[in-house]
Amino acid sequence: MLEHHARLVALFDYAREVVGRKKLQKMVYIAKKLNFPFGEKYQFHFYGPYSEELTLRVEELCNLGFIEETREKVSGYYQYRYTLTGEGEQFLKHYDLDLEPLKGCVTSMNEQPSRILELISTILYFDHLPKEEVVEKVQVVKQKQKYTEEEIEEAFRYIEDLKSQTVVS
Amino acid sequence: MSYMLQQLDEEKVFKDPVHRYIHVRDRIIWDLIGTKEFQRLRRIRQLGTTFLTFHGAEHSRFSHSLGVYEIVRRIIEIFQGRPHWDDEERILCLAAALLHDVGHGPYSHSFEKVFNLDHEDFTQSIILGDTEVNSVLKRVDDDFPRKVSEVIAKTYENKLVVSMISSQIDADRMDYLLRDAYFTGVSYGQFDIERILRVMRPKEDQVVIKHSGMHAVEDYIMSRYQMYWQVYFHPVTRSAEVILSKILNRAKVLYQEGYTFKLDPLHFVSLFNDNVDLDDYIKLDEGIIQFYFQAWQDEEDEILSDLCERFLNRRLFKYMEFNPNVHMEHWHRLYTYFVKAGIDPEYYLIVDSSSDLPYDFYRPGEEEERLPIHLLMKSGEYRELSRESTVVEAISGKKRTDHKLYYPSDLVEKIDDQDLKRKISEILEF
Repeated sequence: MLEHHARLVALFDYAREVVGRKKLQKMVYIAKKLNFPFGEKYQFHFYGPYSEELTLRVEELCNLGFIEETREKVSGYYQYRYTLTGEGEQFLKHYDLDLEPLKGCVTSMNEQPSRILELISTILYFDHLPKEEVVEKVQVVKQKQKYTEEEIEEAFRYIEDLKSQTVVS
Repeated sequence: MSYMLQQLDEEKVFKDPVHRYIHVRDRIIWDLIGTKEFQRLRRIRQLGTTFLTFHGAEHSRFSHSLGVYEIVRRIIEIFQGRPHWDDEERILCLAAALLHDVGHGPYSHSFEKVFNLDHEDFTQSIILGDTEVNSVLKRVDDDFPRKVSEVIAKTYENKLVVSMISSQIDADRMDYLLRDAYFTGVSYGQFDIERILRVMRPKEDQVVIKHSGMHAVEDYIMSRYQMYWQVYFHPVTRSAEVILSKILNRAKVLYQEGYTFKLDPLHFVSLFNDNVDLDDYIKLDEGIIQFYFQAWQDEEDEILSDLCERFLNRRLFKYMEFNPNVHMEHWHRLYTYFVKAGIDPEYYLIVDSSSDLPYDFYRPGEEEERLPIHLLMKSGEYRELSRESTVVEAISGKKRTDHKLYYPSDLVEKIDDQDLKRKISEILEF
């Protein structure tokens, strides 16, 4: 029961704090692409992979008191900060999730700016294509972000790094 | 004349209860409608199990797809000759609108959850694979199927084209809200689509709405909100959905355990083995599924037989509000009691959350998460809808979530052990 919710709570437990909804969306997507068992369905949207299910599930976790959401005004838009609550910790005790390998991955992603996570998740979205086509695709769908060749190369390296650190059966 | 520009000798019209008439003048659209993959959509209901709650909800994905095509056709008529609109994209838009749901299967939502499928992958496969749809699209040119698939996948370079078919105010949503309201018989799905279409304007990378049309858009957002809570999230529909998912789960578990079915589940084998291919998938429709459910009522396995009988005869599970934060302990106790009573909690005690359902509430553009609806102000600047409309702001800021616990009250009633029955009943009535 509510295993998908529990996995998200575990992610917040590892991250301690996630600043920004976009960052959260991309972190879960990347984790999913690394074969962690997140069930949220993603679609490509204007800003890259986005999951409506994840948005609502996070709202549910906030309503249940397992996650605390703080809204902050940042130049022209609202930014959201998420932290795990004591009730969330209690909820997690009901589950034996065995997600230890996720910890390093979440910590590492949480240190990245959301702009870079957006690039990484977009690359992963097109990972069924050859590398040259992926780069081409990124430059088309992310025209406005103006990612440099170095940033794209670095993102590919980072993905390989994550994959090598994360062995999920 | 190139295939893309070929017109029919005589316009074809479909009579439609929502749009009055659906007009087809382009040869390619008529040919796409005639493909077997598109005709299959006649055999798949748009609203899955909703007909068990609202008996009129018998409309198909075929009519919805035609409706989306018709709305896009009308939008293009309005866009023609305006800046940012390239008429070269007309057929691409119409084909993508028509085919946007071609990969849906029967009871998509449950099938996707249980068998870990994604109808969008099948939409892509039907458009790009060895299919009648693909061969029609290829008559334009070899690259045309790819373009159509990219528009539907929202990765096409022309964002304006994408946003006509998929955005927070798009042809897909406008058609399904009106159509679902009409067929369910509810009155709150109505909004003035004619007005909305008249105030839509093409911009570089999205459709925007003239400020004067704000109230029509408010109505659309309100209808979307109402339909979700009154129709799409209806607890009885969800009960049927829960049972349907459990039937599929049970059948899969039995198959994997080597159970011998009285009727060989040929159409399900590749699903059970997690290797479903396009040909198998296209053969699935609601007729096939109902046939198996009929047959499985007579299976030796009591759980499968009981669940199928419930689904077909609408003997659905009862439900109660469930707050995981408050009732977690209750659930653990119930689980134990159900096991003691010989009722398998895996199939008969289910918590269902609103996030487990398809939905798409309107959300303003927070942190560039999702592209919001933009109003085009008299001054020429753009404003996000919820910053101008207090009605929309009130709705989009509201976080309504919902969890329910589903259980078979008739089986609880039949428990012989009176003490156990009392304990279960006490929890279910808290």
